Amino acid sequence: MKKLLVYLKGYERETVLAPLFKMLEALFELFVPLVMAAIIDTGIANQNRGYVVRMCLVLVALGIIGLVCSITAQFFAAKAATGFSTKLRHALFAHIQGLSYTEMDTVGTSTLITRMTSDINQVQSGVNLVLRLFLRSPFIVFGAMIMAFTVDVKAALLFVVTIPLLSVVVFGIMLWTMPMYKRVQAALDKILGLTRENLTGVRVIRAFNREEEERRHFSADNETLTGLQKSVGRISGLMNPVTYVIVNGAIVLLLYTGAVRVDAGALTQGQVVALVNYMSQILVELVKLANLIITVTKAIACGNRVQSVFELENSLKAAGKQDSQKGTKTGGFGQDACATVQFDHVCLTYAGAGSEALTDIDFTAKAGETVGIIGGTGSGKSSVVNLIPRFYDATKGSVRIDGLDVREYDIETLREKIGIVPQKAVLFKGSIEDNLRWGKEEATPEELWKALEISQAKEFVEKKDGGLRAQVAQGGKNLSGGQRQRLTIARALVRKPRVLILDDSASALDFATDAALRKAIRTMENSPIVFIVSQRTSSIRHADKIIVLDDGRAVGMGTHQQLLENCPVYQEIYYSQFDKDTVGQPVAKEGK
Amino acid sequence: MAGQMDSKQRQTLLKVLRYMKRYWFFLGLSVLLAALTVASTLYLPLLTGDVVDCLLGAGKVDFTQIFSILKKMGILIAVTALAQWVMNVCNNKMTYQIVRDIRNEAFAKIEILPLKYIDAHAHGEIVSRVIADVDQFADGLLMGFTQLFTGVITILGTIGFMLSVNVGITLVVLVVTPVSLFVASFIAKRTFTMFKLQSETRGEQTALIDEMIGNQKVVQAFSHEDEALEQFDRINERLQKYSLQAIFFSSITNPATRFVNSLVYTGVGVTGALAAISGRLSVGQLSCFLSYANQYTKPFNEISGVVTELQNAIACAGRVFELIGEEPQVPEPQDAAVLSKVQGKVALSDVFFSYEPGQRLIENFNLTVKPGQRVAIVGPTGCGKTTVINLLMRFYDVTAGCIRVDGNDIRMLTRKSLRAGYGMVLQETWLRSGTIRDNITVGKPDASEEEVVAAAKACHAHSFIMRLPDGYNTVIGEDGGSLSQGQKQLLCITRIMLCRPPMLILDEATSSIDTRTEIKIQNAFAKLMEGRTSFIVAHRLSTIRNADTILVMKDGHIIEQGSHETLLAAGGFYANLYNSQYSC
Repeated sequence: MKKLLVYLKGYERETVLAPLFKMLEALFELFVPLVMAAIIDTGIANQNRGYVVRMCLVLVALGIIGLVCSITAQFFAAKAATGFSTKLRHALFAHIQGLSYTEMDTVGTSTLITRMTSDINQVQSGVNLVLRLFLRSPFIVFGAMIMAFTVDVKAALLFVVTIPLLSVVVFGIMLWTMPMYKRVQAALDKILGLTRENLTGVRVIRAFNREEEERRHFSADNETLTGLQKSVGRISGLMNPVTYVIVNGAIVLLLYTGAVRVDAGALTQGQVVALVNYMSQILVELVKLANLIITVTKAIACGNRVQSVFELENSLKAAGKQDSQKGTKTGGFGQDACATVQFDHVCLTYAGAGSEALTDIDFTAKAGETVGIIGGTGSGKSSVVNLIPRFYDATKGSVRIDGLDVREYDIETLREKIGIVPQKAVLFKGSIEDNLRWGKEEATPEELWKALEISQAKEFVEKKDGGLRAQVAQGGKNLSGGQRQRLTIARALVRKPRVLILDDSASALDFATDAALRKAIRTMENSPIVFIVSQRTSSIRHADKIIVLDDGRAVGMGTHQQLLENCPVYQEIYYSQFDKDTVGQPVAKEGK
Repeated sequence: MAGQMDSKQRQTLLKVLRYMKRYWFFLGLSVLLAALTVASTLYLPLLTGDVVDCLLGAGKVDFTQIFSILKKMGILIAVTALAQWVMNVCNNKMTYQIVRDIRNEAFAKIEILPLKYIDAHAHGEIVSRVIADVDQFADGLLMGFTQLFTGVITILGTIGFMLSVNVGITLVVLVVTPVSLFVASFIAKRTFTMFKLQSETRGEQTALIDEMIGNQKVVQAFSHEDEALEQFDRINERLQKYSLQAIFFSSITNPATRFVNSLVYTGVGVTGALAAISGRLSVGQLSCFLSYANQYTKPFNEISGVVTELQNAIACAGRVFELIGEEPQVPEPQDAAVLSKVQGKVALSDVFFSYEPGQRLIENFNLTVKPGQRVAIVGPTGCGKTTVINLLMRFYDVTAGCIRVDGNDIRMLTRKSLRAGYGMVLQETWLRSGTIRDNITVGKPDASEEEVVAAAKACHAHSFIMRLPDGYNTVIGEDGGSLSQGQKQLLCITRIMLCRPPMLILDEATSSIDTRTEIKIQNAFAKLMEGRTSFIVAHRLSTIRNADTILVMKDGHIIEQGSHETLLAAGGFYANLYNSQYSC
């Protein structure tokens, strides 16, 4: 949390002035009972009307000064807090964007989103409240006690006893209930999970007629939550009555002491009234302080969570940065003719994983070639292609593009030359054009349409109202799965990549579209190296080179015909998709 | 504050009151105790004043009287504290039970909402209505009970007490009151719109964060970080502006009302002191008045805070009630028949359907399926394959025409019996947090261990389940947790294998299983489908070649229908589709 405070930089003035003005306000508030005592002892006792009116004007003046101070303080506090959180959000967003796949995998995006939103909001209110109240409340509590001492030392001793007693009760109840609130939160999370499950699984639940049972389940968990809430409520409900007893008990004693002191001539009537007033002020502030501490504890916990995100370091950056100059100097990718992607005995172990995801992958692909990668679920297909744009770094061996290790390139230069179509078809809110321009900022309309044509998306984009300008909803919700996928392919093609990676990205396309797409890609002028990851042999059978993966190892490499002859795993995959007896037919057809 | 409440808020409030009715006893008790607490709290300063009046000066203090007053004060304090505690407990109980009732009702509603609603709304949003909104409402309600309630009674009580002591000074206090009210409501009104702006901008920002960080891999692949950050900063700046306004203006409430209070205090001081000089008021009464002035204005302080909170709470409650008040799915007719001994004859006649009125999807759809027939549905993306399944299961109702099972219009059957007739495996797997066994026995909770294992073996799920740390008792997290997509799919298939329903619906059921495993499951499916009417949707044509009838759909119409061989021979759309697997 402490480290986050650097984001208050630029708001030092506000950070100092806010509590200062708040203290000034408190100071003036402390004078009020004294003025009132003067009214009683001097004004009333001497029948001096002028004095009473003058003193009341003083009270009004005190009020106005307090108001001005307080509003100034609130403004500075709000300004510092919002400025702080704005800077913090900016820094955190930039930091998260700089994290690599490895960190994203371990932390999880939903966690990061919570850090960005609700956690920072909590920190903001924490900062705001601290600036406003952290000095004010203790100042009034102790100020009132000191003022009581100036009135009468003997009576003031009562304050010395009451304040710790009140603190023990207020903070004790707080400490007692805090872990209980955590349990309440856990119970709440449980019914939240249940609600979400029932929404995502609504079809299954209804198909199995589980509605009644789900309702019972929810009621039971809900009852548990209610029970916990009530038991916390019973304890925190003690706060008011107990503090009431203490303060008013103290007032009774104060009155008694006061009576004795007045009888002895050591105190006046007005002074006793002032002492009683001070006692009442203390209670109000202590309760405020307790609430403040709850908010602040929460804010600190949130702040620490945010801080822990800042402590995540990009595992790729270290290598990338120091060599970036070298990469740019080497000019990145060489001439068209000699474009190659080479895997040199590559192994990959994911962070925290026990065994290797890829073992000893070794091959070379040249410009214009198509490489097919096939294998079962979890065999490491995507891992292979993720190494090319450096989403992960190889743990052993190296991946080289045009002869140079990918770790030596400037990461942006590297990725600019690669067109990736991810498994999940992700589009962003904005127009179709905006989305395509992700591939290449300055692309001309012709270039965009050309890419759409190749990706078989031209037809449906033309039909859309507004064509390229048609709006895409968040996540591309207003498009069908196939349309989304074709647009993501177009997006990758717009940049005329040197290396094109299709990571199982035709799964939502029917076979005809898939085939047309592959055909169109082969006719592209800049003849990229194409990687196609797929589970379907039909998608990759015409590749120049097919890599068959099984459990992270390349168990076969070659053309379709070669693999059919010598790779049992490939055979198995192939025949599982096409029955043996019918395979001959279409192949023969093709032969014609 | 009632003045600025619009009719929707008032309606919401009425609904809240209806929920309270069930707890009228606690409500009554709470009001009674609140009155008692306030009364004794107010009486206390009066006694303090009496004591002060006894302090006439050195040697002139009447100790016997003071003692009797102090004793009274002690008893009063004890009674007040007790009443306060019981009241707190009552309020707690009431609030949390009302909230529990609302949540139960909201959840029950979710279970009977039409799928149209659930599909059209972001799940996160519905969840936040049931959880976050209700929570906020609970906070507001509790605050309302404890503070608004006693606050109002305190104000009224104080006025009464003050009137009993001195009418003139009371009038001074009453004159200043409207100022305080005006200030509070003025600020509350301003801040409400500012908070709205703030939360809207926050929502916008969250959406962006969700989009950019949720899809960070794509963002990085296209080196789009700088643009994203720029976009983020633009919203961030706006948010800073709105937050500053919202926070600042709302935090003015306190100092402003405090200032008004100090005016009241001063007013009481000056008139009281002047009255005391002319002998119409004792010093004790003045001190009593001063503490009344404090007590009287404090609720205003609190109320102004509570009002913002309450407005928020009412808005939240409104959102929950909106959910509860949603139109439920079409209720079953009173005499709905129970589908039993299903033979599996399914007929769709002249079916029209679209998700949005005006949009055209399925039109004039006719299909008759004989018991035990296997029907495969193929076609390009978006042609309405999945929609047909939505209609068969009655997740959606047809717009026109009808669907019959064994000759019964499905709208005349109980949903329960209709759905029990089908076994469904969807492309999107859904598993719940719980044990593997819980997940398998969803459709047949009383299945024996042997049955479960047999079903799992038939689906080739047994071996991977046994490799999990606790076998069938392994607890998996929400949505399957660490299981692979293929494993999740196997569990979903096992689930059906266990119930063996008379009809089957398989929607891309094997799409995420690698082909080597798939071929094994196909055998299991073949066994399962024997003698059962089955509907199969698939991209992979190899998986549906054995179907009795293949429907080729395009743009909501059946364009071809027939067996694999006849369709291939016809050389139409299907033949094209099929051959594209080979020649490209």
